[in-house]
This record gives sequence, C-alpha cells and structure tokens, in this order.
Amino acid sequence: MKRAPLLKSYTIFYLVFLYAPIVLLPIFAFNSGKVVAFPLQGFTLDWFREMLSDQNLRTAAKNSLIIALSVATLSTVLGIFAARASVRYRFPGKVPLMGLIMLPLVLPEMIVAMALLVVLLSIGVPLSLFTVIIGQVLITTPFAVAILTSAFQSLDKSLEEAAMDLGETAWGTFRLIILPLVMPGILASFLICFTISFDEFIISNFLGSGQPILSVYIFGQFRFPAKVPSMLALGTVLVCMSIILLGFAEYFRRRGIAKAGGKDSGGFL
Amino acid sequence: MAATPGSEARTGLKLISPTAIYVILLLAVPLATVLIYSVMTGGRGNVSFPVTGENYYSLLNTKGGGNLIDYFAKGMPGEDPDLTFLKWIWNGLSNAVYVFVLLKSLMIALAVTLITVLLAYPVAYFVSFHVKPDRKSLWLFLITIPFWTSYIIRVSLWFVILGYDGLLDKLLMSLGITNTQLNFSSYGVPAIIFILAHAYAPFAVLPIFVSLEKVDRSLLEAGQDLGESRWITFLRVTLPLSMPGVIAASLIVFIPTVGDYVTPRLVGDGKQPLIANFIETQLLKLQDFPQGSAFAVASMLMVGIVSVGFVLLNRRFIRGQK
Repeated sequence: MKRAPLLKSYTIFYLVFLYAPIVLLPIFAFNSGKVVAFPLQGFTLDWFREMLSDQNLRTAAKNSLIIALSVATLSTVLGIFAARASVRYRFPGKVPLMGLIMLPLVLPEMIVAMALLVVLLSIGVPLSLFTVIIGQVLITTPFAVAILTSAFQSLDKSLEEAAMDLGETAWGTFRLIILPLVMPGILASFLICFTISFDEFIISNFLGSGQPILSVYIFGQFRFPAKVPSMLALGTVLVCMSIILLGFAEYFRRRGIAKAGGKDSGGFL
Repeated sequence: MAATPGSEARTGLKLISPTAIYVILLLAVPLATVLIYSVMTGGRGNVSFPVTGENYYSLLNTKGGGNLIDYFAKGMPGEDPDLTFLKWIWNGLSNAVYVFVLLKSLMIALAVTLITVLLAYPVAYFVSFHVKPDRKSLWLFLITIPFWTSYIIRVSLWFVILGYDGLLDKLLMSLGITNTQLNFSSYGVPAIIFILAHAYAPFAVLPIFVSLEKVDRSLLEAGQDLGESRWITFLRVTLPLSMPGVIAASLIVFIPTVGDYVTPRLVGDGKQPLIANFIETQLLKLQDFPQGSAFAVASMLMVGIVSVGFVLLNRRFIRGQK
C-alpha cells in the first residue's frame, strides 16, 4: 500500500467531523452542569436517573419497542417472500412488482406517509400504533429485500436440487436446506429493520396520532433546555444499543457469507 | 425441478403475492388516491367532482392573487431602470409560494448533494486505494456508525451546538471573537445545508467506495507505465470508472434531503419550510386535499425528473467510455 499522508489526514478529519456531535452525548450525559456548556462541572449519574424515572419516556420506549419488533418481523417475512421469488423464479410482472416494492427507497418518506394518511383518514381508520407499524413496514421492506436477495443469491442451487432428488418436498427443502443457510441474512435483515424502525420519525409523527413514540418524544423534548441533559443520557444509551445491534448484524452477515463459501465484499449496503 | 415455464411462473407469483398485495394496497392505492385527489375540486377536508386541472394551475399562483404565467406573459416592465432581467425573474419566482418552495428545496438538496459527494470522494478513494484489504471493513464500519445512530438525535445535537447561546456561541464568546450570540442555526438556508450535509455524509461514501473497488488496478499501472502522471491517470481512468458510484451516491443523498422534514422545522424557527413541511401544512393543517395532493404530485415529479436526469448522466458516462 502506498502511503498517502494528505489523504489519510483528510479522512481522519472527516471522521472527526462525522463524530463531532455524537461525542458530545456521553460527555454531557455524565456532566453535572444543568446547562450544556464547557467547562465541564463534575461527574454525575443524575441524568440517567431522571431519564429512568420519566414515566412518559417509559411509555414511549415501550411503544417504540412494540413497533420496532412488529415492523422487523413483518418486513423480514415479506422480504423473504419477495427475495426468494425474485431470485429463484421467473414470472410475468416481476419487474413492475419488484419496482413497486423497492419504490419507497426513491420516494421522499413524507409522500409515502401523507399518501397513506390521506387514505386512512378517508376510510375512517383511527390512527394508532398499528397504523405506524403498517406505514413503517413500507419503508423497511426494501432494506429487508436487498439484504435477503444477496443471501438467497449466494445459495448454491445444486444443494436444493440434491434435496429434491432425494425425495424432499419443496417445503421440506426450504425448511431443512434453504432456511438454515439464509438464517444469517434473516437475522441481519431483522436487526437492520429494527434499527431503522426504532429511529424512524416522519411516519411515527404523522400516523401515530400523538401517541408517545421514542423518536417523536425526543424531538419534542429537545426544545426544552432543562430536558436536554436527560435526552443526552438517553441518546448515549441509544447509540450504545445501535452499535451493539449493528455489531451483531455484521457478525451474522459475515457468518452467512462464510457459510455459503463466498468472499467478504464489505459493508451492509 | 420446476417442470414447465408455466408452473414456474405460477410458483413465483404465489410466492411474491403476500408482499405484492401488501405494497399494492398500502402503497400503490394511496399514491393513486393522491393522484386522483389532485384533479378533484374540494374544500376543507373533502373532495368532490368535477375533475379539474385548477389545482395544478394554482400551483403557479403568486402572492396577492396573481399567477406566474400572467406575470411572465406580460413581459418585463420597461419603466424601472433598476429592474434587471434576473431581478424580474427572481421577483416573479419568489412571489409564487408553491413554485418557490419547490425550487428552494431543489436548490438546497442539490447543494447538499454536491457538498457531500465532493467531501466523500477522497475518503472513499483513501479507503479503497490506501488501506490494507483486511482493514477496509473496519474503516467502513467507523464511517457508517454515525449513520446508524438516531437521525433525530444527530440533528437535535446540532441545535444544541449551533443554536442560540449554544456551544458554538459560548466558545466564540469565551474566546472573545464575538460578544453577541452568533446563533448560526437561525441562518436559515446555510444552516439547513450544513446540518443535512453532515447527516447524509456517510451515505455518499459507500457507493463511491464500491465503484472504486471495481476499478481494475492493472489499468492504472498500464496508464503509468505508458508515461501518464498519477494525476492524469486518475482523471482519465479512475474518475470515469467510478462515475456510476458517484451518481448512485448523488441519488442516495438527493432523494431523502429533498424531502427532509426535521431540519427545516428545527432551523430558524421553521421559517424556511421545505417540501415536506409545506405538504404537512396543506394536507394536515389546512386539510386542502386537492391542492395538497397536486403539490405532492408536483414534488414527486420534480424528484423523479432530477433522478432520471442523474441516471441518464450515468448512462452517458458508461457509453462515453466505449
């Protein structure tokens, strides 16, 4: 490898810029000062205590967990159907159907949310956590399909043929051969959809009828300076959680590639 | 194995049907509804017949009851010597509320796209060309972590830093650079561009990295063996070959930024509404379904046209190489 000191220092500078606001999270979450300002005052766990005793926050966190678990499950299941069908079979209407499934990737989220909202209001469906879930699934399914498509693509078709030749039914082959091999992809898809849903704001805000949902709650609280330190404590917890979840997702993805005998080509996307 | 093409098609359709039905009911039908509403007559909270093109025409309305078409059709008034041609156009556009929001969102999103891609390219280049293969995923992981942390928290943190009497103001004042609050976050458009460019930065690195990885290294050696300098080799070989990644990065940044809702709400007390904020006002606050739908369709069209433009640009690049 050729050395490139200029490029390297630029890249490090770029990383510092990317991390600048995030680094503030733990710094001020443990700082005892009531306002977010340097110099730091002293070490405290009060903000974490305040965060844990906040009843609204607990409700919001519970709602977000319910939403994220449902969204991750639903979109991964829908993703399995779509990815398996598109990788393995040729059928009429495949291109427009897959295009429609992937469409939310190239559509501003606000438009997806508003279109759905207009229809829900017109037919009189009351807004609830349920409407947030069905809306978010539209946003996360393309990610699930993308991850699962690459998982299904790395499958060796001859394994499947061998099972069929040995007398397994199509369902038996799927359950005994294919499912275990794509399991890492399924887990990665579940974790990534969970993370996206947990952070999602627009659909939670507009399809949630003002129910406390974590991202919406955080957005509201940042307006009150007195609430900022406990929000920074919450942010610290959330960042640690995302990193752990992503670490797991990356681990499963790599194991999947190793299982299928492929070569690691880097990153999730 | 699947015996006939007919049975394969049937199995495939059956398999995709749950996902297909879901997106048809919850995505295609709502989008079609918006399209239909946009040509209906309507008042507050309801729509009715007859079908009309009025809503699209009203998108060109200007403040004070005029219309952009009339404004431009009248031609430039000759009597005022201070009025330059550009100023005349600007006056017209800035008075047309809907058109102005669309154009402003477009300009902001394009500026953010340009900045993020320019800043990300050297980073992707460094990781692809100057990092040992076994260390590459570590670097990529470091670059992508910020993207996976809550978007709301990242944007709100900028507010803590740049807002009135925020960290930046306190720093500048304690250093004696200014003695009043700078309050950068009230600076409207520049603040929006800055925060969005930070929020979407990691998106741009990955696609560029992927296309740089595909560049055949022997081509570069060939270029240098034939006596080209490193810089010329970069311009004539690496850069054109990585263009598909640059275009992909541009699309990935452009689409979410043009529809961003949170940043314009936070910055400058929400006095710079962009497309998403405007749709909210129209559809939720005013409940003007036909007009709001027409605006939503117009903005979708705008995003679509720009995206197709990016893709065509990419095609031209690929053809140009042959």
